[in-house]
Amino acid sequence: YNIESASVTGLDEPEDSKKPDNTAFKQQRLPAWQPILTPKSVLPTFFIISFIFIPIGAVLFTTSDGVREDFVDYTHCTNSLVPNETCASLRENRTRMNEPCTCVVNITLNTPMTGNIYMYYGLNNFFQNHRRYVKSRDDNQLVGTHVTNTSISKDCTPYRTDTVNGYQAPIAPCGAIANSFFNDSFTLQQEDGNTVNYLTTGISWYTDHTVKFNNPFPSNNLTAAFSTYTKPKFWNRYVQDLDTSNINNNGYKNEALEVWMRTAAFPKFRKLYGRLVNTNLPSGTYSLKINYNYPVTAFGGRKRFIISTTSWMGGKNNFLGIAYIVVGCCSFVVGVALCIIHFITRHKNVE
Amino acid sequence: MDKLPWFKKREKEEQRDFKANDAEYNANFQYAVNKIKTSRYTWYNFILVNLWEQFHRVVNVYFVCLLILQFIPEISSLNPTTTLIPIITVLLITAIKDAVDDIKRHRSDDSVNNRKSSVVKDNSLVQEKWMDIKVGDVIQLKNNDHVTADLLLLSSSEEHNLVYIETAELDGETNLKVRQALNVTGGMNEDLKALHNFDGVIKCEAPNNYLHKFTGNLYWNNETHSIDNEKILLRGCTLRNTEWCFGLVIFAGPETKLMQNTGKSVLKRTSIERLLNKLVWLIFAFLLFLATVTAIGNTIWERFVGVYFQAYMPWATYSPNEYMSGFLMFWSYIIILNTVVPISLFVSVEFIRLGQSWFIDWDRLMYYEKKDLPAVARTTTLNEELGQIEYIFSDKTGTLTQNIMEFNKCTIGGICYGDVYNEDGIAIVPDDNTPNADFSFNDDAEKDFRFFDQRLINSITSGDAKSHDFFRLLAICHTVMPDVTPEGNLIYQAQSPDEGALVTAARNFGFVFRERTFDTVTVSELGKDVTYQVLAILDFDNVRKRMSVIVKDMSGNIRLYCKGADSVIYERLGDSREDEDLKNTTTLHLDEFAGQGLRTLCLAVKNLDEHTYNVWKEAHFKASTALEDREDKLSAVYEEIERDLDLLGATAIEDKLQDGVPETIANLSKANIKIWVLTGDKQETAVNIGYSCNMLTEEMKNVFVISGYTFDEVSAEIKQAYDDIENERSHASPMSSRDDTTFPNVVVHTSKVANGRAVVFQSDQDNKFGLVINGHSLVHALNEELELKFLDLASLCTSVICCRVTPLQKAKVVELVKKNKKAVTLAIGDGANDVSMIKAAHIGVGISGEEGTQAVLSADFAFGQFRYLERLLLVHGRWSYMRMCKFFGYFFYKNFAFTLVHFWFGFFNGLTAQSAYDDLFVTLYNIVYTSMPIFMLAIFDQDLNDKYCIKFPKLYLPGQKNELFNVKIFFKSIIRGILTSLVLFFVPYGAFVEGMSPSGADMTNLQTVSTVISTCLIIVVTLQVALDTSYWTPVNHFFTWGSIFIYFLLTFAMYSDGLFQFSTTFQFIGVARNSYQFASLWFTMFLVCAICILPVLASRVLYSILWPTYTEKIMKLQLDEEKKSRQRKMKAAESLHAITEKIRSTFQLQRRGSRPRSGYAFSHERGFGDLITTGRMSMRRKSSHPQPGRSKPEETPPPQSSSQPAPTNGVSTNTELYRQLPV
Repeated sequence: YNIESASVTGLDEPEDSKKPDNTAFKQQRLPAWQPILTPKSVLPTFFIISFIFIPIGAVLFTTSDGVREDFVDYTHCTNSLVPNETCASLRENRTRMNEPCTCVVNITLNTPMTGNIYMYYGLNNFFQNHRRYVKSRDDNQLVGTHVTNTSISKDCTPYRTDTVNGYQAPIAPCGAIANSFFNDSFTLQQEDGNTVNYLTTGISWYTDHTVKFNNPFPSNNLTAAFSTYTKPKFWNRYVQDLDTSNINNNGYKNEALEVWMRTAAFPKFRKLYGRLVNTNLPSGTYSLKINYNYPVTAFGGRKRFIISTTSWMGGKNNFLGIAYIVVGCCSFVVGVALCIIHFITRHKNVE
Repeated sequence: MDKLPWFKKREKEEQRDFKANDAEYNANFQYAVNKIKTSRYTWYNFILVNLWEQFHRVVNVYFVCLLILQFIPEISSLNPTTTLIPIITVLLITAIKDAVDDIKRHRSDDSVNNRKSSVVKDNSLVQEKWMDIKVGDVIQLKNNDHVTADLLLLSSSEEHNLVYIETAELDGETNLKVRQALNVTGGMNEDLKALHNFDGVIKCEAPNNYLHKFTGNLYWNNETHSIDNEKILLRGCTLRNTEWCFGLVIFAGPETKLMQNTGKSVLKRTSIERLLNKLVWLIFAFLLFLATVTAIGNTIWERFVGVYFQAYMPWATYSPNEYMSGFLMFWSYIIILNTVVPISLFVSVEFIRLGQSWFIDWDRLMYYEKKDLPAVARTTTLNEELGQIEYIFSDKTGTLTQNIMEFNKCTIGGICYGDVYNEDGIAIVPDDNTPNADFSFNDDAEKDFRFFDQRLINSITSGDAKSHDFFRLLAICHTVMPDVTPEGNLIYQAQSPDEGALVTAARNFGFVFRERTFDTVTVSELGKDVTYQVLAILDFDNVRKRMSVIVKDMSGNIRLYCKGADSVIYERLGDSREDEDLKNTTTLHLDEFAGQGLRTLCLAVKNLDEHTYNVWKEAHFKASTALEDREDKLSAVYEEIERDLDLLGATAIEDKLQDGVPETIANLSKANIKIWVLTGDKQETAVNIGYSCNMLTEEMKNVFVISGYTFDEVSAEIKQAYDDIENERSHASPMSSRDDTTFPNVVVHTSKVANGRAVVFQSDQDNKFGLVINGHSLVHALNEELELKFLDLASLCTSVICCRVTPLQKAKVVELVKKNKKAVTLAIGDGANDVSMIKAAHIGVGISGEEGTQAVLSADFAFGQFRYLERLLLVHGRWSYMRMCKFFGYFFYKNFAFTLVHFWFGFFNGLTAQSAYDDLFVTLYNIVYTSMPIFMLAIFDQDLNDKYCIKFPKLYLPGQKNELFNVKIFFKSIIRGILTSLVLFFVPYGAFVEGMSPSGADMTNLQTVSTVISTCLIIVVTLQVALDTSYWTPVNHFFTWGSIFIYFLLTFAMYSDGLFQFSTTFQFIGVARNSYQFASLWFTMFLVCAICILPVLASRVLYSILWPTYTEKIMKLQLDEEKKSRQRKMKAAESLHAITEKIRSTFQLQRRGSRPRSGYAFSHERGFGDLITTGRMSMRRKSSHPQPGRSKPEETPPPQSSSQPAPTNGVSTNTELYRQLPV
């Protein structure tokens, strides 16, 4: 109830008119394109899509097909020192789990590989994407900041600190990811006994290597830099000893570590282990000598060694090619079906 | 200190008891002071109260709980900022909005509370603010003052302590009413000392909302005086024609009858919002279900897989077993999946509505030029409901009509005047350019009087006796009071606008009613003053339906002038042969007038000789002094003299409808909106308007009138009417089997374009009914036992008119329909009497009219003219509804598509609530990346332009039927979202599992896959909104493509090397540049888009081919027409003009063509006649004729049954004045 609030409704101001502006915006008359989904405008889309997708699918499929990839699953390979014993069982044996174990397995290249060739290790059923696992790292530490046993990230628990000489030293690098660092190593020999030499550098992301991973001060003397830290529990050496031959591949900046630290999205994954630049690997059987350290059988995991070339699309994967062809075909079929329906009903309407 | 009495007051007041001028005594009772408060906050309690109110919204509580959950590290699966930022935004924005609204309320409260009023204090008048007025104060009111509070009238400047008040703001009636003070108090006059010493004790009823009833007693000087409504001035009235008066405050502020009548203002929610709230619960249940599934899944996983994986990922100390892990994971998944109920939904909705409201404010087509009034959306939260209205409840006076009576036509001696013809001799509708007739012969003519027929003036100036008699009658036979303004202008105070119009017409045609004494009337006839002696006034009442005066002119001739309803006058005409022709012609004219919705009156005259008069006078005197059956005897005497009259002619008054009312009503009815008129007016007036605005038509099978006074009568009448309709239906059903809800074929409709709105007048009239119900019957009809029967009957009728209804009844009727029909209702009105109904309806619309602004202030929308309702509903309402529905459909889709990816991903990470996206992306997804395109769609989208929306009112039906957003559509969009999320997850999975980049590095890391999925998601949902957008303004282009751009821009920026230098929380460093260089990412994206979008395209085309909706048909029509119009732009412009012209003329023809209705339309109440003849009411400032002792006002206690006058044809008489008469 209110009588004098005429100003609310504008009764009081005769001078400047309250007539709304005659702008296209305010009058909702903005110039506009008004597309309507009519058969005429939509049906061609289906055909265009199918005509584009099918060739793309074909190209993708042949590209993927051209990639040479061979692998060997060595999960249950036999200990080359002790016959009839698998390295896997040795690693599960609590009393002997620290004994070294090597396997030799054969890997056959059916066709020769040329150009850049990549070597991978592959793991199955390994949950690098477990939420707490993904979190279990200290990026602050990895970027080169010194951390103490209190300032180290709590996310790393239970691989945060370890008792060294009665006091709690921070682990470098801390966390479950680093702790479970893959530590098998591979030597590939040709049939004639020549070792295939590969590079273990240049395998991580440029940004990881240059920005995200840095050794703490003094980075030119890693022994000093890491003197206040201890090694992860599962490791048999310190982080500054990962590659003593190359300071740019040592400490946190070890590329194998960087690759490992980039956690995989799915429980089945492969990670780059080494690369061969512009090499020619003839077809034939190669022997792969494995330093079998990494236990996976306890949780039903599997390990593979993979050697592969790449194309402009990457590795071998027919999914995209096939999917494109299928979608293209479906689109065509739907297009035709809609056309038929359209013409039938249009005919009816005329009647 | 204040608190205690405040609590005490909670006890229900049984009886009011106070003493005038005794503040101490009155302080015992804690009666409310005259301060009103509509605001909700004060500056110091704003934050707390507002937060408290906001947390009454379950959603807000829910999000805060989520936020708390996220701060628990054990279960936090997302960074708390992902919820914190949105919730703070929501609370802040809502608080700002509430604050702004409340400031407005404070201002309006203050402006009323701080008005000044004169209070009698210590023998003098003291100015006090309204809010300081207390019960028991004696205050003075001056002419044109608003009544401060509910007052007992003590004394007034006028004779017999009369005051005149206008109650328009209270009950919508614009005629003046009379109140009279008690004689005992009247004696105090303006003696301030006496007034100050006045120590009467009042005992009366407790505050209530009955406007026409008051019972109480005044105890003073050991005498008891009863007080009834006739001595009370209610807040909301305005003092008129009264120099001053004094009153004693009985009820103040919130306890006044006006405030008691305003009803509680409740928070209005739209039906979509209510549905939305239910859906949110449903989604919430779904969320709990998903979380339970994942919790169980996690338990199973931990038991059979995780337990062996402990070497690399040991179980945390706080979750020593799989059950604990599952329990924690339940909460983690609640957090991660909470985006299915996005907070931004509610903010977006508020903002969209705000934007839509602005468009309403800005609409030039709803701007009322004459008063400089743009439309105002006062409530900005109800827009989409405008697109779903099924019932409109409309006030009449000031809403449908302008409340202006215009003398429009007349027939004098068989010649009809008033039609306007163009050069070709064709009758036209006058517009602003039609030349007015020449009134220069008359100095007293009003400048703005419009009459176009020069022939009538010619006839007067040429001295035609019949014309002279005609207007002389109009100038003499009435009860109007003349008044002269300080500027010297003559103005009339008419009891009804009809009378005013007639007297004004006479004035303009040269017969100027100048002044009145108790027994004379002075008329200036063509410049010559003539005084007639009034011998008798045979006043109007609802049985007589006529009024006569007997006057003696200066040459001693006695004549009786009579005006009345045609049926009544015709019965009393002399039966001479020559009159037969005149009667027939006049009847013809009357029918024509009535057919045009004009209110007609017949005029007749009779010459009396001295002897006849004297004989009659005797009889009259006897009758008027009879002790028994006085009324009946008087009637009989009147009957005797009103015989053998000579017909003069008839007048036709236009109760001027607002512009475009019939067209608007017709078009709204076509949109399947039922319109009820609820008016305080009398039945005849209301029915007449019903006809003239096409709510009632001659073609209707029957118009039922319910006017019973008792429950049984009303019940019987309702039953009778119901049975009649049932019978009619069962007879007619084979014929009218066509279903008017089916959409008409579009081909038919194209032809209708040309005819435009005219169509409705031909269609579907064959089986329609109207219902008219009186206020006193409504009391019973709204009884619990009867209300459903009444509603059933009303629903069968096309039009319902309720007359003589009180404000509260209006609200009750609205409530009745609202509750039992589950329909969306809209109430439109302009007066304070409409406030309760406006508040009760889902949507209240206020017309900024003549009757103050209360209606506007309590309304949700306000504008200047009824016809804008058409645009508000059919254009703005429809658009808002359509936009909002698109918005909701899309919003759930996009959030399900977004959120459920987490769920699918869970099956690959041991259901450990690992997010599939970067936290940053989760935070920004709803706020930045996907908010703008749909927001802009919801602001700008138009499937059809406004012209088509109005041209095809049936386009409004989907809104009423909830077709665009309902549970089914909700599930559809959710399922589409779920399917999209499946595609979004599994296609990248297929493409990227064990993926390698061309340079050998692995692509299957979490961050790259996240980026791939997010990119696909953004593109897909943006394409989806692009598909939904049917009106691509540059703004839409900008924001739609802009949000894809901003996504890439932000992704590159946030994932760049630079930001990592500042904080290690930007974990996704380098991902953008690594991922986007992969061709496989782009191919995956195209594939995902094709898979998600093509089926949508296909199904939409399929539906539009096989089952096109009415809307789609019209859209195609619009497309075609626009194409054509582009081709011939010039011609199109011409034809549009032609179409509008045609619509106009067709419409006119239709109106004229409708069958004439016998028109009885006498909007006239039992008048001031007796007051005049008894001299109790003489003119103001003309007190040269005092009537000492002639009619000493007697204290007559009001008859107890006064609220129920005798049932006279269902029309209640004006009880206020009735009781004023000396009996």
